[in-house]
Amino acid sequence: MSFRHTLAGRLMADPMAVVALIIITALVAIAVFADVISPHDHTAMNLADRFAPPSSTYWLGTDNLGRDTFSRLAQGSRIALYVALTAVTISGLIGLVLGMIAGFGPRWLDNLLLFIFDTLRAYPTIILALALAALMPRGLSTVIIVVVITSFAEYGRVVRTQTLSLKNAEFILAERAMGASFGRIVFHHVLPNVLGPFFILAAMNLPVVITIEAGMSFLGIGVPPGTPSWGATLKDGFDYIRNTPWIIIAGGLPLILVTLGFTFLGEALRDQLDPKLRKSR
Amino acid sequence: MLQYAFQRVLLALAIVFVAISALFTIMITLPGDPTTVLLGPRATPELRAAFRANMGLDDPVLVQIANFWGRVLTGDLGMDYNRNRPVAEAVFSALPHTMALVFGAIFWSASLGILLGAFSADNRNSWLDRVTGVISVGFIAAPSFVVALYSLLLFSVTLRWFPTIGAGEPGDILSRLYHLALPSFAIGLAWVGYVARIVRASMLETLGENYIRTARAFGLPRRTVIYGYALRLAILPAVQVLGVGIGGMLSSAVFAEIVFSRPGLGSLIYDSVSGRNYPVVMGSMLVAIGFFVTCALIADLVNAALDPRHRVKS
Amino acid sequence: MTDTLNVDGLTVHYATREGALQALRDVALDVPPGQIVGIVGESGCGKSTLINALLQLMPENARIASGAIRLEGEDLIGARARRLRDLRGRDIAVVFQDPMTSLNPVLTIGRQMHDIQYREKRSTAEKRRMAAEMLGRVGLPDPAAKLDAYPHELSGGQRQRVAIAMAVLMRPRLLIADEPTTALDATLEVQIIELLKELQQEIGCAILFISHHLGVIAELCDRVVVMYAGEAVEEGPVADVFQRPGHPYTAKLIECDPGRMKTRVAQLPSIPGDLPDLTDPPAGCIFRDRCDRAAERCRTRPDRVALRGAHWALCHFAAEVSA
Repeated sequence: MSFRHTLAGRLMADPMAVVALIIITALVAIAVFADVISPHDHTAMNLADRFAPPSSTYWLGTDNLGRDTFSRLAQGSRIALYVALTAVTISGLIGLVLGMIAGFGPRWLDNLLLFIFDTLRAYPTIILALALAALMPRGLSTVIIVVVITSFAEYGRVVRTQTLSLKNAEFILAERAMGASFGRIVFHHVLPNVLGPFFILAAMNLPVVITIEAGMSFLGIGVPPGTPSWGATLKDGFDYIRNTPWIIIAGGLPLILVTLGFTFLGEALRDQLDPKLRKSR
Repeated sequence: MLQYAFQRVLLALAIVFVAISALFTIMITLPGDPTTVLLGPRATPELRAAFRANMGLDDPVLVQIANFWGRVLTGDLGMDYNRNRPVAEAVFSALPHTMALVFGAIFWSASLGILLGAFSADNRNSWLDRVTGVISVGFIAAPSFVVALYSLLLFSVTLRWFPTIGAGEPGDILSRLYHLALPSFAIGLAWVGYVARIVRASMLETLGENYIRTARAFGLPRRTVIYGYALRLAILPAVQVLGVGIGGMLSSAVFAEIVFSRPGLGSLIYDSVSGRNYPVVMGSMLVAIGFFVTCALIADLVNAALDPRHRVKS
Repeated sequence: MTDTLNVDGLTVHYATREGALQALRDVALDVPPGQIVGIVGESGCGKSTLINALLQLMPENARIASGAIRLEGEDLIGARARRLRDLRGRDIAVVFQDPMTSLNPVLTIGRQMHDIQYREKRSTAEKRRMAAEMLGRVGLPDPAAKLDAYPHELSGGQRQRVAIAMAVLMRPRLLIADEPTTALDATLEVQIIELLKELQQEIGCAILFISHHLGVIAELCDRVVVMYAGEAVEEGPVADVFQRPGHPYTAKLIECDPGRMKTRVAQLPSIPGDLPDLTDPPAGCIFRDRCDRAAERCRTRPDRVALRGAHWALCHFAAEVSA
């Protein structure tokens, strides 16, 4: 019986994980089939139907330009997923490499990297995003750069701690005593054991990244104007909050659901992968 | 303890120094004419030349960084050319509003979170505990700016229980608190969940300790044991998390200030960014990072002070 | 005269994934007023479960299946929570094994000793004075200053003295000492034993002294109960039990006690074999699988065999073993 099989089995027994997987599957499905399921062209403006309430034609109503909110949110899921996956992959890889270097490297290098991690943590994400946005062109790559800068340190810390505790674990000392190569220790012993906490962190980090993208787009420093990011939809809703509450309500829902889904998944993963925490629950 | 405190303070200073210097370096080495950036495209060539010489923009990068810190240490954060006032003035009139917001959020999250967490641990594995657990995760997951928007929509626009705009009448504490309640709650809600979970977990751990068994073996009342003995230790990790969490709250404060049209560091930076007002951006960053690092440092030291075991360990 | 403590037929089960773990089976013991009764046994014999049951502070998965626990005739198992709390600390007090962890690390000694006097209508100053007096009595130097110390600022021996001072502060009728010297070195051990003896004389309380150290039991106790795998297998006056043990397990324990070794050995002897599985204890004698004398009749449960005086053992061959 493989590890993955048992993990999946145990996850399916956890109602929180099932809810999480349903939400995440729905998100991915909507992102993939956004063009098919959208009842309208998300860029089409029907000025006659501005601020329309939800109806059979416009499921979640329309915005100030008469664009269909549902279609825009469906398109927005693509942006959210794209930014989240790209940013988490990049910052995760950087963190993984730096964390292992810190864990295995000489003392001074470890201290230096720790100091860099600490320093990066001192930047409040959105405030740094604002500062960098003043210097960089508006666009998804700026969003991704901001996220990577503010989040790879967290991965680095986790990987470093894990590496350090493994480096001196008895089974690894035994391997080294038997003359195992450095590569073998890293790839056969340390890496597999680091990946558990790493993936939990990544799952927990995805909704954070989605929120940062939406937040930056809400502030007008994320996606270019006209792009149907969830944050941009919320911004439209905020500008016309006294005209129609629908845009804000509809625009916030996918964000709440998705963050809830990924957070539940991270929780469930942690419960399954971290026996110490499992006991204390 | 003193040595520990000294080390932490040095580290905090180093972090602020490096974090700000890095940002400053990025700003001054970015391609493009900084005079255009700082003075706007319509400045005359004479003005540019004077400014360039005055600011030492032709000096090597390291000299500029040194000069920058030299000015900062004398309290000079530069000039806000858009509105013709010192940056320090703009930043320090905004800071108290943001501090009030962040401390309001800490008040919400600490009071509600500790209550929920202690209650959960006290009634562990009851259905109330489970419901509290799911609610906590739900709170954690709710993005603060969506919470801000929803609460603005529900409580201010629709129900009209709370004001929609501003920070209240200057000098009128009640009006200030009234304006503060909703935005700080929106920021604090996510942390209610965090604090509740941490307090619950550490409380359960503490309740399993031998000295708790001792207290119970001496017949101390249940309330004394749980809320007097166990909780005292269980809130220590929450203090630390809230200290570090102030970074996240500062980010949330940007949204809360914009959504509720409040003055503060967040809206100051936001306005400066749209106006390309770099000196103000730089000054606000410096103060925001300094504030955050100071709070995290204080939380760290308070934690060490509250936990007497720490005093010998360090 | 009623015994200070009287345990009768006490059977305790833990609900586990493998089924009910029978941690205590039909345990009986009496502690007469003013006497010191020792309980001796290896780890896993049920000593901790017994203490938890006496205090009625059991883990959630524990259940008292049958039996009675009486403090001066008063039934504790059926007692209300409120009454039990009144008894704890005032009538029954405990000194726990590990002084490193049994004191609250974030409260001063004074605060902790103040708090346990919560029932007394005394002023705080008076409570502190009482606490300091008791700290002095248990032999702590500069007791008044110790009130403001945190546990980690004291040595292990000092902490255990504090724990003892806390336990006797309310002049309990029964003092339970759960291996109070195990975490200490030999010199300190002797001092603590002497201290307990003196305090017992002064206060006149009964002491239930739990230890796996035969020498300490012999030194301190009037009577001793030998426990094995959740059963009391032998009981009697200390001198009788240790000189003429009636149960093969007791005999083995004495053989293996390092304090009794006459000759140098390369390796400490130990009793071969493991504790039986308590989720499914063997029928008949519980010690059968590890016993040299095991015979066919050991497949039936032995009764208590009375030996000289108030001494009995739970073994078919008690008379021969003792001879």
